[in-house]
Amino acid sequence: MKRVGVFICHCGTNIAQAVDCEKVAQNAQAFPGVAFSTDYKYMCAEPGQDLIKKAISEHRLDRVVVASCSPRMHEPTFRKCLERAGLNPYLLEMANIREHCAWVHPDDKERATLKATELVRMAVAKVIQNEPLDRSTIPITKRALVIGGGIAGIQAALDIANAGHLVDIVEKEPSIGGRMAQIDKTFPTLDCSACILTPKMVEVANHPNVRLITYSEVEKVEGYVGNFEVTIRQKARSVDLSACTGCGLCTEKCPTKVPSEFEMEMMNRKAIYTPFPQAIPNKPVIDRENCRYFKTGKCGVCQKLCPAQAVDFTQEDQLVTERYGAIVVATGFDLFDDSVYGEYGYGRYKDVITGLHFERLVNASGPTMGKIKRPSDGQEPKNVVFIKCVGSRDEAKGKAYCSKTCCMYTAKHATLVREKIKDSNVYVFYMDVRTPGKGYEEFYTRTTDQYGAKYLRGRVSKIYEKGGKLIVRGEDTLLGRQIEIEADMVVLATAMVAKENAAELAQMIGFSYDQDNFYTEAHPKLAPVETHTAGVFLAGACQGPKDIPDSVAQASAAAVKVCGLLSKERMETEPTISIVNEAICAGCGMCVTVCPYKAIELKFIQERVDGKVINRRVASVNSGLCQGCGACTVACRSAALNLKHFTNEQILAEVDALCL
Amino acid sequence: MKYAYFPGCSLSSTGLEYDMSTRKVAQALGIDLWEIPEWNCCGASSAHLTDQLLALALPARNLAIAEAEGLDVAIPCAACYARSKATEVEVRASKEMEQTISEVIERPYTGKARARALLDIFVKDYGLDAIGTMVNKPLKGLKVVSYYGCLLVRPPKLGFDDPEDPQSMDSLIEALGGTPLNWAFKTECCGAAHATAQGEIGLSMIERILSGAKEVGADCIATACPLCMNNLDMRQNQATAKTGEQYNLPIFYFTELMGLALGLKPEELGVNKHFVNTSEVLNKLNEALTRRDTP
Amino acid sequence: METIELTSALEQGKDTLEAIVKESGVQVTRCYQCGKCTGGCPVAFAMDKAPREIMRLLQLGLVEEALRSKTIWLCASCDTCSTRCPREVDIAKVMETLRIMAKKKGYITEKRMDLFHNLFLKSVETTGRVYEGGLVLGRNILGMQPFRDVHLGPSMFLKGKISPLPHIIKDNGEVKKIFANVRKRGGNV
Repeated sequence: MKRVGVFICHCGTNIAQAVDCEKVAQNAQAFPGVAFSTDYKYMCAEPGQDLIKKAISEHRLDRVVVASCSPRMHEPTFRKCLERAGLNPYLLEMANIREHCAWVHPDDKERATLKATELVRMAVAKVIQNEPLDRSTIPITKRALVIGGGIAGIQAALDIANAGHLVDIVEKEPSIGGRMAQIDKTFPTLDCSACILTPKMVEVANHPNVRLITYSEVEKVEGYVGNFEVTIRQKARSVDLSACTGCGLCTEKCPTKVPSEFEMEMMNRKAIYTPFPQAIPNKPVIDRENCRYFKTGKCGVCQKLCPAQAVDFTQEDQLVTERYGAIVVATGFDLFDDSVYGEYGYGRYKDVITGLHFERLVNASGPTMGKIKRPSDGQEPKNVVFIKCVGSRDEAKGKAYCSKTCCMYTAKHATLVREKIKDSNVYVFYMDVRTPGKGYEEFYTRTTDQYGAKYLRGRVSKIYEKGGKLIVRGEDTLLGRQIEIEADMVVLATAMVAKENAAELAQMIGFSYDQDNFYTEAHPKLAPVETHTAGVFLAGACQGPKDIPDSVAQASAAAVKVCGLLSKERMETEPTISIVNEAICAGCGMCVTVCPYKAIELKFIQERVDGKVINRRVASVNSGLCQGCGACTVACRSAALNLKHFTNEQILAEVDALCL
Repeated sequence: MKYAYFPGCSLSSTGLEYDMSTRKVAQALGIDLWEIPEWNCCGASSAHLTDQLLALALPARNLAIAEAEGLDVAIPCAACYARSKATEVEVRASKEMEQTISEVIERPYTGKARARALLDIFVKDYGLDAIGTMVNKPLKGLKVVSYYGCLLVRPPKLGFDDPEDPQSMDSLIEALGGTPLNWAFKTECCGAAHATAQGEIGLSMIERILSGAKEVGADCIATACPLCMNNLDMRQNQATAKTGEQYNLPIFYFTELMGLALGLKPEELGVNKHFVNTSEVLNKLNEALTRRDTP
Repeated sequence: METIELTSALEQGKDTLEAIVKESGVQVTRCYQCGKCTGGCPVAFAMDKAPREIMRLLQLGLVEEALRSKTIWLCASCDTCSTRCPREVDIAKVMETLRIMAKKKGYITEKRMDLFHNLFLKSVETTGRVYEGGLVLGRNILGMQPFRDVHLGPSMFLKGKISPLPHIIKDNGEVKKIFANVRKRGGNV
């Protein structure tokens, strides 16, 4: 006979207000198998736990039911309590009489008490069926993968590497550096972006613990925390990195010009190119889509001229598979496509540009050598209008969220225009000015007070061309009057959006994303860099719009999580997973298709039937991958699959207790 | 191809040439237009400012007659189209509305008969390529700005084209051999009934559009709305009197331009009924064609 | 400048505001006052209150002030505001609703616009269609502007655009019934 102890928690008044806890404890006395039953004000507090421990030894209890809150918070607490009292932690069952009872039935104490009693009755019936379970451990692969080589990825990799762990960065572009490399100056200090980024790029590239895998993409992720198996596609660069000296002769002589993505297509690059002067690796790549050799079979100038004979047209994509213990996803963001704003004429009017175009226009190594010239005719603009929240805070045409960085970078742009063009006028259309960062508000007030940018509260309604000027129409909502500005150039503070293939990557690795395809953290406050998938962490703007300081901070936080994981030799796994009863498994494979974690495979077993040895197909559960969701047990037609700790027998015992 | 045809009130008076050219062009293309017998006014543009139910009920009667005949309704006038479309959409969205409307008009209407803009029918159903093959007097060298006005493309859920930068009329002009010009006032409001009721206000709205067309160097403006036509054509000299600017901008219904390109006579299309003289444009077209004919 | 006593204003405007929200189907609280509607409004120059200000008045329960504005009569129903609103507020629909309500209450701040619409619908009810010649004539006589657009008349007539007599559709009983049925259901026509 099992000896069950029942402990009813008041949760202060949270439960006791709606449920007569003393009565429930009394009722439980009568349930079969119950040897002891009591109630207490706070069962999770130290005196409460002591009470449980004492009762276990005094009443020789071998099973425990705690009727309190949701197991999400305190199941670990009470399991530890059982362990300390010498019981297997899986011989605990919790009845949720707070969320499932007291909170939803605040006005009918009698019936709420009855419901609580029934919930406890079920828990007692189940706990009697519970089996002691043991956690197992698995080894950890001591190498981390960082996906994305922007500032967030670089920072995470550096922190992991400096802690003594090995780390690979997979970057899909030919160079690391990301968006920050395109930016001219950083707010609120106006220091040069490249000047603070390139030392970090060099540091990460030269770090003995770091391996850069550029011009490559993650193609497949299998495995689980501690033991991910990742397939990486190394795209054919057409240049042998080990032979190339980066002399640049090929780029100089290449006859094909292509609009440069890095320069926002305001300047050309060659078909064999390095994206920007400080690129790492500082060695070229052939853009096969535009290369004359690949298009027509003729040319090959780069190959003929290369003194190191590094140009290799025969290179092919290569798939390599590596094992990692943890993954940091730092894939960054894209820009919203402003052409949906027909009323702003983006794409129709050359001088309506995005903030990122402006960064290149103002950059000393950009298409205009840092002199602000408008794209249409190369004239220096005198009247420059900035429009904020383009694509952001717009449910009709864009995204509902605030892109967080635009207020500050627009203030920075306004300052730069006023600094570089002395007789210029700068107008900023805004809805709110949001400056919650250290030194941010001061920077904004300098923009208006010292640099004289005119801030106009209102969303622009229309831009049209008239006599070589862009007429910007809006309302000054503080004055309540329509206003028109004859602008020479208009800069749209464009929303940050998730990468085009963000959802695809999340599905491949197996973690969740929100309605805007930004990656979802495990908890918005208490687990901001974790995903719901163990061993996968987030850094930077892939999780939501972020500026550089926030991205760097999150990257370091993710790195700490990775280091915590990699510092262990082995890790514990939960025993509450599926098992297969091979004797009755029909090998139909239904469970394989329903398993969301790809944890079930079919295997052949040998058995003797009528004296003959035959091979039979059965399901097999990978204990490292199984997360214990139970989908397979429902799908299995022969009931061969069972979920430990939630077995069919245990669930039926609960149902019987309630219904019979 | 057969459609029920709802000309609407304006097309039987101030917009006579829109009706003439629509019928002629449809005939030339082989589109069968069955005029809704004893159709009534759709209520634009007063009913929806007076009573919501009346605004939905008036077009419903015409749609109901077409539905009984199993036809969708071709509507040239942008305002009539917008009001009729609103009724169709509301009726289709709710059974309750369907019942109320049917009770008020004392005829069944389920939303099955669709309100279709004539322009949309030409561009989407008939097709630009098909129209292109029928052109025998291309609008060579004619620089046209397409003026869609408010009601053809707004609100976006009722319209059939981009509400800020619509393209269907522009692509039609191109198919006719003309040169569509990009301009910023495609969907700017002409003031609608304001020009009739509130002259000063209406006039300044008209001016903006005319000078916008002038600015890009248009030879003429194409429209799909009789009210817009009235405002831009009939009141063009009032605008001139106010600003002193000679606009000299003939306004055409897009159907008239289609008719000209299909080789129909200007008089059959009602082109002689305009206030702003169209002869300069017609001469320009003829000259371009003669030049083409004499190598 | 008059101080608004907001606590009582909100209380007093509550019922009318509820009616407006119900009739128009527009949640006025969604407006975040960006002014994109007003910036693009083609008639704003002639209005006494910007469309955005009308939305603000409603948000604060100052419904009477909105109902007595000229703005709601000058709105051309061009839908530019609703099309561009980043929060998908159908401002044009609010204007329509306010105008219908103002008319019921007898607040007619733009008599000429009101007269135009009355004549228009009268014509539809009697003949089934709009008789544009009669409409212009009626507007001029009743609107005390006897010579407005008078120069346009003869040429219109000569071009065959204005007929001397209205066309009356045969089964106009049906259209009259539509008006009657709408009135039966509480319509204010």
